[in-house]
Amino acid sequence: MMTAEYPAAPEPLLRIEGLKTYYPIKRGLLSRTVGNVRAVDDITLDLYPGETLGLVGESGCGKSTIGRSIIRLENPTAGKIWFDGEEITASPMSALRGERTKMQMIFQDPYSSLNPRMRVHELLAEPMRVHGVAAGAGLEARIDKLLDTVGIPRSYKQRFPHEFSGGQRQRIGIARALSLNPKLIVCDEPVSALDVSIQAQILNLLKELQQELGLTYLFIAHGLGAVKYISSRIAVMYLGKMVELGTKEQIFGSPRHPYTQALLNAYPIPDPRKRGQERIVLQGDVPSPAAPPSGCRFHTRCPFAQVKCKEEEPLLQGTGHAAACHYPLVTG
Amino acid sequence: MLLELKDMKTVFKTDRGEVTSVDGVSLRVGKGETIGIVGESGCGKSVTSLSIMRLLGKSGRIKEGEILFMGQDLAKLPEAELRLIRGGDIAMIFQEPMTSLNPVFTIGNQLTEAIQLHTDLRGKAAAGYAVQMLEKVGIPRPEAMMKSYPHSLSGGMRQRVMIAMALSCKPKLLIADEPTTALDVTIQAQILNLMKELREEMGASIMLITHDLGVIAEMADKVVVMYAGQVVEETDVFTLFEQPLHPYTQGLMKSIPHIEAEAEETLASIPGAVPPLTNMPKGCRFQPRCAFAAARCQAEAPALLPVQEGHDVRCWMAQEPEQWKVRKEEAV
Repeated sequence: MMTAEYPAAPEPLLRIEGLKTYYPIKRGLLSRTVGNVRAVDDITLDLYPGETLGLVGESGCGKSTIGRSIIRLENPTAGKIWFDGEEITASPMSALRGERTKMQMIFQDPYSSLNPRMRVHELLAEPMRVHGVAAGAGLEARIDKLLDTVGIPRSYKQRFPHEFSGGQRQRIGIARALSLNPKLIVCDEPVSALDVSIQAQILNLLKELQQELGLTYLFIAHGLGAVKYISSRIAVMYLGKMVELGTKEQIFGSPRHPYTQALLNAYPIPDPRKRGQERIVLQGDVPSPAAPPSGCRFHTRCPFAQVKCKEEEPLLQGTGHAAACHYPLVTG
Repeated sequence: MLLELKDMKTVFKTDRGEVTSVDGVSLRVGKGETIGIVGESGCGKSVTSLSIMRLLGKSGRIKEGEILFMGQDLAKLPEAELRLIRGGDIAMIFQEPMTSLNPVFTIGNQLTEAIQLHTDLRGKAAAGYAVQMLEKVGIPRPEAMMKSYPHSLSGGMRQRVMIAMALSCKPKLLIADEPTTALDVTIQAQILNLMKELREEMGASIMLITHDLGVIAEMADKVVVMYAGQVVEETDVFTLFEQPLHPYTQGLMKSIPHIEAEAEETLASIPGAVPPLTNMPKGCRFQPRCAFAAARCQAEAPALLPVQEGHDVRCWMAQEPEQWKVRKEEAV
């Protein structure tokens, strides 16, 4: 059973505090750093065991960078990350390697995240061999079991990735992530590249696996429907900042940040009878994260912006349902 | 009728022989009407639109059927005459606006080229008209935009430029192939609004190709659902959403995670995957994935037939419910 409330155990599995990940902009002959793209700018977030936290926002908001920083595919510029009670921000790569078996990632593009020259058997055996999880007959048995778990026939073991459809490839990616018995899986847009009918299959599989294996997910996506379906809590990001955090009922039912409201509103509803409905359409584009606007980063596009929004940066306020806005909405 | 496809069949030459990508598609687009074509990757929706413009490259050709556009058969029109129609009476916008704009010419350059080719305007008059068009699609500072290169624009702005270019020659038919798929939701809402405004102002017909049923619900008057190179259902948008008759359409509707829906335990999904073009199943092409498949479905391919006034379905169950049931019981 999934509940929208925090799980009973108050100890978070993953804790991110003040995480900043900047990408330097280098210019000129000496490639001097002339500025920073502030992809992730001061994010604090807890992830509890067994929950799914959805991370949503538009392209360039930094949601993928958070996922990649946790797994240390990017080096955080500042901030701390605790996993399972231990601080891993400063861990050397060698120590991290062991820790990382407990944190896995599923990528968006199942076409480019599997080595095209390896057969399915090898793709699944490799991580287990490297980390000494299984060997010999135990390894074979485990590969069979993983294939069963994700719904790929065992007889396909000797096939190459190109022989599979997108959905099947994503299943193989999931099997690979599961092979090391992880506690946390960072799912980075796992269904965005798939067809609608296949998306549902993968979302259902992820949900089943979570119940069976007690996994914790950080589910990064821009498709709000998928996020709503799978998440218990949702964090909304805009331009490197978290603007709202709450349970899925709170975010979808009574959004407090104008950006969240606009995002929900922009989503086309698959019901032609509702097409006449007034909707808030945001003007303009997302500003560059290299030169974010002063004060509230959303003020340039916010329909309710006031003078204060331009001058003072709002903090993420509220316990449980938090919003970073000087004038939060009262809805619901 | 502005456009009428009659049993159009498009084939591609491949190493393994000829492949039929679009198999006998018939559809009609009235003046000022917006027709939506939905389906998953590989269903032939894009090839259908490219066939109308005969943009099939060297390996593709229209093998059978007619493409009647204002009474002329585009399938048989000489290339030189077709060139005047492309970008003139029929304009097209694509999914990826970056690859459809030439990176080495300025926006102004590319816009005026199209205008000079298809209208009587020349020189300054053409440039002035280009600025007007940019203004019309909501581009701020259109004069400055004329001098910029495609790489300096955001995705939403590029798509606006593409729309300006497409509409500059006052087309009678605008073909939009996944025009908002590459864009963020808030930008998608802007572009859809823009397309609606322009449709009203210019009275053009639109052929909207997408996999997103939300976009269809928002825009289309009439919908054609395609599966594996064939039309499986065609009706008006309200009937399609309220009473879909083909099991594939029904499955598609149910598998979308709805942002307004209450949280459900499992999402309905369609098992299996779209069959490859080289290996179509016997009988009905959807039969291997269909929950209602009976012996007849495996033996005989159904035709696209009206089951109600203005509602065509390619399915035995919808066409002959009595007999289909009998046969199903026989099969069991």
